[in-house]
Amino acid sequence: MTTTTIAGHEVEVNEEGFLTKPEEWTEDLAPELAQLIGLQLGEEHWKLIRFLREDYAAQGETATLRRVSTQTGTPVKTLFTLFPGKPAKKMAYVSGLPKPKGCV
Amino acid sequence: MTATDTAPVVVPSFDDDAGTGRKLAIICSKGNLDMAYPGLILANAAVGEGVETHMFFTFWGFDIITKATMADLKFSFVGNTAMHPPGHSGMGIHHMLGALPGATAAATKMMKKQIADLDVPDVPEFLELLSGSGVHMWACRMSADMNHVTEEDLYEGVEGIISASDFIELTDGAQLLFI
Repeated sequence: MTTTTIAGHEVEVNEEGFLTKPEEWTEDLAPELAQLIGLQLGEEHWKLIRFLREDYAAQGETATLRRVSTQTGTPVKTLFTLFPGKPAKKMAYVSGLPKPKGCV
Repeated sequence: MTATDTAPVVVPSFDDDAGTGRKLAIICSKGNLDMAYPGLILANAAVGEGVETHMFFTFWGFDIITKATMADLKFSFVGNTAMHPPGHSGMGIHHMLGALPGATAAATKMMKKQIADLDVPDVPEFLELLSGSGVHMWACRMSADMNHVTEEDLYEGVEGIISASDFIELTDGAQLLFI
């Protein structure tokens, strides 16, 4: 675990760069985290990020891709467009959450 | 502590694999419920990791993508000496009990419930998930001919009925799983 500075906030991250304390995440971190992985956030991204944050607070674990899709009514295809390549991990990263643990 | 005291930002290497052209080929040759899921789950995991994923459904695996059968795959524990009730109490169930009338229906019902309890979709919905995620699905030409099945009979996400050699050709360089 190391402490780093993102968007002017000191946050604790793991060796991969994921925030280790979800409570240290604030909305102004998201655009910066997104930019670090080459993404520009739009309203559609924000809708998903907010869902991920709320769902994590309620469930205690990061939603899987399928859960994000079914719970927000977003087609999986759209998730792959908004967060290309590895959507579940990218969404978690930008939202300051751990990688999802579920298989599906 | 000031900003200059903290470590430089580490960024996850999300796109490192993108340029490597990693591919996975999964051959699904069995049509039992318990043999369908490993392929579906691994395909979903691979595509979610940015891996180009191709599935080839052959022989009994055809049932996974045939509209008439895909929602009704079954689990029988005949011949499965590892069969036991959910959990690991140490108690087993003799596999030949699976040959009794109704045993397959009961075991199938139980397995489907366990899968649903984990919020894992049933087979038709799983195919939708894979298709939406960009998994390529192919049906085996010989199996189609043996079963007198055409593309009309298959799940819409299946891209085509192709020969084994065509599949080998289009998965050039892929890692391969045979299930």
